[in-house]
Amino acid sequence: MPDKYHIKTQPIPPRRPRIGKIGVVDWREDCANCHNCVKKACVFDRYREEMSYIRGLREMDAVFFQCMGCFSCVQQCTKGLLALSANPVYERLGNTYWTPQIIETTWAQAESAKIPVSGAGYRGRFSGLGFDSMWTDMSEIVRPTRDGIHGREYISTAVDIGRKPALLHFDAGNPAGGLPPLVDIPMPMIIDMLPRGYRLPNLLPVIKIVAAQTGVIAIIDSKDWQLAGNDLDQYLPNLAIYLDASAPLPGRELLTGMRLVEISDDGNAERRVRELKQINPGIVVAVRVEMDSGGIERAVEYARQPFVEVLHLVADDNGNEIGEKNPRFIKDMVRSVHNSLVESGLRNEVTLMAGGGIALAEHMAKQILCGADLVTINLPLLIALECTLCRDCNDGQSCPALIGEIDIKYGVGRMTNLIAAWHDQLIEVMGAMGIREVRRLRGEVGRALFFEDLEEATFGKLFGSRKNN
Amino acid sequence: MASSLVPEKIIKEGLPDSILETMVPQAEVQRVIKPAPPRYRNEIAKYIIRRSADCKLCGKCAEICPQGVHVLKPGYKYFAAPHQNVCIGPACKDTGHYCVDLCPNKALRMVENPMMKVLGDYRWTPDLILATWKMAETGAPPPPEYGYEYECGNSGGGFDRIRFKFPARPPVELSPDDIDTSLELNRRNDGRPQIKIDVPWYGGGMSYGSVSNVTQLSKASAAVAFNTFTCTGEGGYMERLRPYDDHTITQVATGLFGVREETIQRVRIVEFKYAQGAKPGLGGHLLADKVTPSVARMRETVTGISLFSPFPFHSVYSIEDHKKHMDWIKHINRHALVSAKVSTPSDVDMVAVGSYSAGAHIVHLDGGYGGTGAAPDIAKKNIAMPIEYAIIKVHDFLTREGVRDRITLIASGGLRNAHDIAKAIALGADGVVVGTGELVALGCLRCARCESGRGCPRGIATTDAELQGQYTVEWGSQRIINLYNAWRIELVEILRRFGMRRVSELRGRTDLLMHLDYSNDTEQAR
Repeated sequence: MPDKYHIKTQPIPPRRPRIGKIGVVDWREDCANCHNCVKKACVFDRYREEMSYIRGLREMDAVFFQCMGCFSCVQQCTKGLLALSANPVYERLGNTYWTPQIIETTWAQAESAKIPVSGAGYRGRFSGLGFDSMWTDMSEIVRPTRDGIHGREYISTAVDIGRKPALLHFDAGNPAGGLPPLVDIPMPMIIDMLPRGYRLPNLLPVIKIVAAQTGVIAIIDSKDWQLAGNDLDQYLPNLAIYLDASAPLPGRELLTGMRLVEISDDGNAERRVRELKQINPGIVVAVRVEMDSGGIERAVEYARQPFVEVLHLVADDNGNEIGEKNPRFIKDMVRSVHNSLVESGLRNEVTLMAGGGIALAEHMAKQILCGADLVTINLPLLIALECTLCRDCNDGQSCPALIGEIDIKYGVGRMTNLIAAWHDQLIEVMGAMGIREVRRLRGEVGRALFFEDLEEATFGKLFGSRKNN
Repeated sequence: MASSLVPEKIIKEGLPDSILETMVPQAEVQRVIKPAPPRYRNEIAKYIIRRSADCKLCGKCAEICPQGVHVLKPGYKYFAAPHQNVCIGPACKDTGHYCVDLCPNKALRMVENPMMKVLGDYRWTPDLILATWKMAETGAPPPPEYGYEYECGNSGGGFDRIRFKFPARPPVELSPDDIDTSLELNRRNDGRPQIKIDVPWYGGGMSYGSVSNVTQLSKASAAVAFNTFTCTGEGGYMERLRPYDDHTITQVATGLFGVREETIQRVRIVEFKYAQGAKPGLGGHLLADKVTPSVARMRETVTGISLFSPFPFHSVYSIEDHKKHMDWIKHINRHALVSAKVSTPSDVDMVAVGSYSAGAHIVHLDGGYGGTGAAPDIAKKNIAMPIEYAIIKVHDFLTREGVRDRITLIASGGLRNAHDIAKAIALGADGVVVGTGELVALGCLRCARCESGRGCPRGIATTDAELQGQYTVEWGSQRIINLYNAWRIELVEILRRFGMRRVSELRGRTDLLMHLDYSNDTEQAR
């Protein structure tokens, strides 16, 4: 059997006090000190843990919030002294897009590397904005492997980045003019640069190891290149340098070691590509297209240029069109680009990478269903290090989560765990869809269910037109 | 469709009528409604009364409160813990018994319980949980003065945005006794028994292992009282359920745990579980912690090893295979009806028609937001469509294919109360399967901790010896009977307001519904 892609993981507990959703309020003054104290009966043993937690406290502001919310103690206390409360710290995590739930589940995955599993049915809203306005499909009968969850190792998540010619011409048995270079990575994910304000100096040495260990590629801004550390040679195949308009051409050694490089979509893209290919003809060049109001048109226009082989479509951190009041969402923008390229028969001439707003493993699957070949992520890896997206660092203040002080093992472990958990979840939904390789997931809207379509096909027929849209 | 089997009629003629009577005398459970008070010392209430130090212990509040919230026991100086859960809240102001106003020392204060913020979720709102508890306690819909908003959840779509368009007065005046809520399950006219259940719902499959023995027996007992069914789930069919065989559906799921010819012969309905709404396309999950020695014995597996059922049936890759599967069951038990439980993919309509042609009596759609003992979060949220869409699609397609009246369409996956049940029927289902509602009646508050460790801290979805002893079968079955009764009262009331004599008249009457997010101006909506 060939080697299967497998990410080695181990549990990495958090450095910081855990921030749970629910805490216990305990009015001790009326306690009867009865012998059948409900605290001893806590199924999850939280009270005993709390005691030992308090003993080991180093900061006085840390509160224990790990109640599982079963209400058993509240309802059984002889004197009714206990109550549960929502943790205000939890509710302040993240923002409206990166919700407390997203941050909490990211932390759990970064700690355990496991797929989050829980009991009871789905608890959330019927549908929502962005990625929540679609579902992935399943197949009752068509299976990728005939083995369901046990056959998951046969599901391929590998993708190729680069141009895939629709037609080959042969010259004496060999493809005429050779084949365009391709970069293959074992899962459809690339680590993008962190948003400017979040680029703490100690993160790049961690990220480069994560990229190498998981086999994916990390994009590093040429301006930050020095921060990635020395001994970069062995990491070059898993690194891609980003060159903005003003960046000088990197040295030959760097470019020959790398497989992928990214450039900005300024007017000089064509010249840049030529220069880069001159040094290393085997390198794949991606053009980063910021998805502002003209993003879709620019992307489609670039795709028509023979020198463009990869487009990296980037929305803002929340997946929105950049600088727009009523922004379109990344999944819809990528879908437009994808559809337009399919219609003009150009789809395989370019690889589409899509980033911005990819916050959960499901977003990776959904973004690919909407037409991307692979996704790029950044903030989830930062959240894996217990970041709460408080943005203090953006304002130049010190990081309350002390991310500047992490050690390499912790950082690498947490990020690797998260990527492993995402990989497993991708396989989970692909298994359910009956799709055996992620290359075939791309743009496969037949395996996706869109809120608008379903509403129109069902309620729309019965109840007329939908309001407010 | 031509059957490969000997025609049913011929077989039936050759067998004695008593064939359905099993060896074990079947349990009889009377449909008696009696109070089943909550089992916890401190009940969670929507409104709570706080007593300040200004209280002079005069006892006036205890005297005036008709609900008995304040407890001052004779011979005691101080108040005992108040019965907060019977307090009707601000609605009391107009009754002349409002203790907050009447307290001579102004020592009482009423506040909305701050714990409501951590109870429940978008789909099961705190009000819905409390109302379900109240129904399970009393056997009747909660009195309006409690102010529970329990007819809908807060998910912002589907059932939660659909309302009935009740006429100002019923077109025909009917008394509740005139209204028939029964549901015929066999429409194939194939000589198999005409099974009729008294209410248009039955209990969802919950395996031994995912839930306790006590929970299963409580559900079964309530099913007998309402002449409906419960379902074993995929974890085997325990001997203790023998007295309930006539009201039990046994599941043949992909794991085939504990499935034998004898277990299939015991029942009147066999259910093929192709998929489950909470984890469509993945197969059952029972995590290691919950595979206790007794569960492992029942499932013939190893203690402490996670059980992930395969997906799908390895023997079924086409409708023809599906038919072969059905024929196999029909052959083993010649008097059973067969149900196919499927999930809701985009081609759910084709799946339903396929099930009909394969010979199913019941096609059971389990929508994407269905309940579970353990499922990956990514599956629960994202895979397959919500049941509301699926009912409309399937009902419509079966109608167009001309087979709608030859198969029973059952819906499940997020149906929480009588209103959801009625809406599902109005959208096109014949009946529904309920699951979480029953568990809430038993004291579940959806803390979602059923999947691992010792299991459910509230003793429902666990096989932990200590935890599952938190309530008895007697109490549990009474709670579910009460809940069923309350639902039936509400369903009858809905039918009465529409002037319908039978629940079957409601099926597919989308013209009686409106959707709050739509213009509701289509021809049929008018």
